[in-house]
Amino acid sequence: MSDFRTCSITGLKVHRPAENLIKINAVTAIVFLLVGGILGLLMVLTRWQAVHILPPELFYRLLTLHGIAMLVAWIIFFEMAALYLTSAVILNSRLAAPWVGWLQYILMLVGGGIVTVIILMGGADVMFTSYVPLQAHPLYYLGVILFAVGAILGCVVFFATVMVAKTEGTYKGSLPLVTFGAACAAIIAIITLSHGAIVFIPTLLWSMGLIPPMDAEVYRLIFWGFGHSSQQINVCTMVAIWYLLGTLTVGSSPLNEKVCRSAFVLYVIFICIASEHHILVDPGFSAAHKSWNTSYFMHLAVLASMIHAFSVPAATEVALRKKGYTRGTFEWLKKAPWGNPGWSSLFLSLVGFGFLGGITGVIYGTEQLNILSHNSLRIPGHFHATVVAGTTLAFMGATYYVLPLIFQREVAFPGLAKIQPYLFGVPIMVFSTFMMVAGGFGISRRSADMYGSGGFTVDYGPMAEISLSIMGLSGVVACLGGAAFCIIAVATLLIGKKIEAK
Amino acid sequence: MSITPLPPGWWKTPMHTEEKWWISIAVVWCVLITIAMPAWHFVGKQNSSQEYYTIRVEDFNTLAENFMEQYKIGTETAGDYEWDVVAPPPGSDIFLRSMQWKWDPILKLKKDETYRLHLSSIDVLHGFSVHPLNLNFEAVPGWDYVLTITPTSSGEFRIICNEFCGAEHHGMIGKIIVE
Repeated sequence: MSDFRTCSITGLKVHRPAENLIKINAVTAIVFLLVGGILGLLMVLTRWQAVHILPPELFYRLLTLHGIAMLVAWIIFFEMAALYLTSAVILNSRLAAPWVGWLQYILMLVGGGIVTVIILMGGADVMFTSYVPLQAHPLYYLGVILFAVGAILGCVVFFATVMVAKTEGTYKGSLPLVTFGAACAAIIAIITLSHGAIVFIPTLLWSMGLIPPMDAEVYRLIFWGFGHSSQQINVCTMVAIWYLLGTLTVGSSPLNEKVCRSAFVLYVIFICIASEHHILVDPGFSAAHKSWNTSYFMHLAVLASMIHAFSVPAATEVALRKKGYTRGTFEWLKKAPWGNPGWSSLFLSLVGFGFLGGITGVIYGTEQLNILSHNSLRIPGHFHATVVAGTTLAFMGATYYVLPLIFQREVAFPGLAKIQPYLFGVPIMVFSTFMMVAGGFGISRRSADMYGSGGFTVDYGPMAEISLSIMGLSGVVACLGGAAFCIIAVATLLIGKKIEAK
Repeated sequence: MSITPLPPGWWKTPMHTEEKWWISIAVVWCVLITIAMPAWHFVGKQNSSQEYYTIRVEDFNTLAENFMEQYKIGTETAGDYEWDVVAPPPGSDIFLRSMQWKWDPILKLKKDETYRLHLSSIDVLHGFSVHPLNLNFEAVPGWDYVLTITPTSSGEFRIICNEFCGAEHHGMIGKIIVE
């Protein structure tokens, strides 16, 4: 059996070791999505004050795991799959050093496993941020470090594969845009994961009692170099997947490669520094320092998003107009393939990320407005719009193509797949919006009970309860949409009709 | 296509007019919001404080306890919690100590008078959120964060902890009285 197979749909040469790594990373990602999704349902049913099912201890424990499973495990495992796909498969190349790829997978799985177990055992009720001096069991920090090292190895394999493809001449000219975007994501990943190592290694030593604790503010500064910048890996990968979905669904080409690629470079240079908006209401930094880093630098990264926000839909418009949908201003939009889950995911992800997530991010990241939003429910409302409505939905859309192309199986339950992006995307946008509305009443994030526990109580008024109820209802529906995705993915793997290779 | 390599010369492809317009508008918008943020720092009167000092946790605790002893006018209880009620003179340095899971003391302030509020924590991070104003600041152990405040409306305000600080985090609710 040769190391390569030829894809019967795209004609691309697929390196089997790369394919296996894509499969295993994608499957693990979806398992974590399922775990995180079930936890998400419990979270929403607790914050929905009228339902409020979990006791505080369990709420904090499972909220910590929800953050890790979703924000770290689901997304980064999927990104590893995306890195191997955009390097080896799209460049028609062999994967460099597949054993390093397997090391990546094992380290991430062991790290993720350790973290999950230690959280469930009650050893790390510290939230995703694990701010010192709130202490977790040393194994928690060790798990995060192993996971981060694994992810760095994945990036190394990606770059090595691009090198191999270049030297072996498997492609001519410049990298395809999707691979270029993935390369930017990998660069950001290396920067941000190094921050993770810088901050978690001393924290691990401290938790073992070997060194004194680090200053709480220094931890916050460096942690967010990891915590927020790692979300920029998602942004970059998501935008690359937007271009990929545009091409796969309607055959679009980027309007101007120079513009798209320059926008990606803006992300790499500026977005990591912009994570300082997390410390806008902290002591220890001057106003000049805070506003320099969060206005000038952040807005250059925002400019990149503005460019993609034009470039991605405009490219699909051009492609659809070329197909003859030229009547009026919007015929192309009306005749777009709305029944194709890849297209509807792309569209809803663009709207959710751009209008809800991106704009609120810029607003809350402003020095003065941050005083009104810091640590209120406005913040999780913002990042559920970016990471869930944006990134997660884009990744779901990509999965509908990975299943036939890499797993070589027809998507199961095509009827359900048609509506799944709507079932997930629309309610998650309502959920995020009303979470932000609830935050406007001053309701705190990460609180097991907004009314306190026997001491003073707080009166938020009836509108706050109503916002939380709308948030709760739409959150539950979004969980159903997420469950539908998991069912489709698992069913495709188990019972999906095999596509015969040539 | 975004999945096919590019032939040489792609860098020189000119931009479409619409794209040029969009990018120009985006650049102008970015410049405007970039100017607006530092400008509002001077024009608006609501910024986060720039006054902060490093302080040993024990020292802050001593300062806060001395302060509470000096100006204590009574106590108040709710549930299992008990607080000192402290009425400092206008213009003075006042201390708010955060700890798992309590804001100490209950401050009684006068409307339209200015105070220098020293905010810190003696254990883990806490979040200072004034309800119903929804003003939020971070209370960090080892840092004395000085907020110069002038209450402009009277009544009872709640201080909600909004930075996760352990098992009873949600119960950490304090009070400021303004009269």
